[in-house]
Amino acid sequence: MTGWAVAALAAGTYLTRLSGLLLRRRLTIPVRVRRLLDLGATALLAALVATAAFTQGGGFAGWARPAGVALGVLAAWRRVPLVVVVLVAAGGTAALRLLGVS
Amino acid sequence: MCSIWRTTPREDLRDAVALGAAMVVVGASFGALAASAHVPLLLTVAMSVFVFAGGSQFLAVAVIAAGGAPLAAVLGGLLLNLRHLPFGLAVGGFVGRSWPARLLGTHLMVDEVIAFARSRPDPVRARRAYWLLGALMFVGWNVGTLLGALAGTAVPDPSRFGMDAAFPAALLALLLPALREADAARVALLGAAAALLVTPRAPAGLPVLLALAGLVAAGRAPKDSEVMS
Repeated sequence: MTGWAVAALAAGTYLTRLSGLLLRRRLTIPVRVRRLLDLGATALLAALVATAAFTQGGGFAGWARPAGVALGVLAAWRRVPLVVVVLVAAGGTAALRLLGVS
Repeated sequence: MCSIWRTTPREDLRDAVALGAAMVVVGASFGALAASAHVPLLLTVAMSVFVFAGGSQFLAVAVIAAGGAPLAAVLGGLLLNLRHLPFGLAVGGFVGRSWPARLLGTHLMVDEVIAFARSRPDPVRARRAYWLLGALMFVGWNVGTLLGALAGTAVPDPSRFGMDAAFPAALLALLLPALREADAARVALLGAAAALLVTPRAPAGLPVLLALAGLVAAGRAPKDSEVMS
C-alpha cells in the first residue's frame, strides 16, 4: 500500500459519496422517481445483506454465518432491540463454530 | 453536538452504541490484517480516517497482501464503493442543508448508517440517527484500526465471535420495516437474488450494483405515492 493509493481511494470514495448527494440537490425529483431511488437503496441494502450473509470471496461462506443471521432476524421479527439482534446473530454463529459447523 | 445526547431517544442511543462497539472489533481485525500485510501504521490509520469504507479497505489490503498492484487495489475498492452514489441520491436528505453539514455528513455515509437512519419513523429523528451512528461508527472504526494495527497478530479472528454474522443481521433487521411494503419486498428479493447469482463470476462490488436490476419489479406507482417524504 502506498501513500498515493490511499489518497486515490480516499478521494474517489469521498467524491462518489458526494456526487450522489449533490445530484440530489441539483435535480428536482418527481415523486415517482424519488420512490424508485428509495426502492433502489432498499435493493442495494438487501443485496449487501444477502452477499454478506451467504458468500465469502466469491464462494459459499458456510452454514454457520447464514444460520446466525437467520437467528438474529428471527429475533428482530419479535421486535427485540437491535443490540439483541447483533448479540443473537454473533452468538449463534460463534456457538455453531464451536460445535464444529463451519 | 452536546444536545444530541439529551434529545435522542434512548433506544436509538443504545442501538448506535452497540453498532459502534461492534465496529471496534471489525476495525481491529482490519488493523491486524494491514499490519500482517506490512502496511505502515500511519498509512493504515490514514486509510481508516480518510477512506472510512470498511469493505473497500479490506479489499485493497487483501489485494496488496496477495502481491497485487496498488492500482488494482484502488480500482477494486472504488468499484466496491460505487454503490454510495445511488445511496447519496436516495438518502442525501439526512445530512442536512448547510455546506459544512453536507461536506462532513458525506464522509459518514456507511451502509449501516444509511439503513439506521432510514428505519427511523420521522425525518428529524432520522437526521439525528444518521449523525449519531455516523459519528460512533467513525470513532469505533478508527479506534479499532489503531488497536488492531498495534496489536498485530495478537488480535483474534473476529469470526470466532461470529462478528461476520452480526452486521448482515443488523442490516436486515433495520431493513425489515421497509420490506412490509409489497413493492419494496419484491425489489429487495429480486435484487438480492440477482446479486447472489452473479457473485461467483463478478468482481466484488458489481453484484451489489446489479441488484438495482431488481427495480424492474417495482411495478406501477402506488396510489398513495404522494405521501412519500
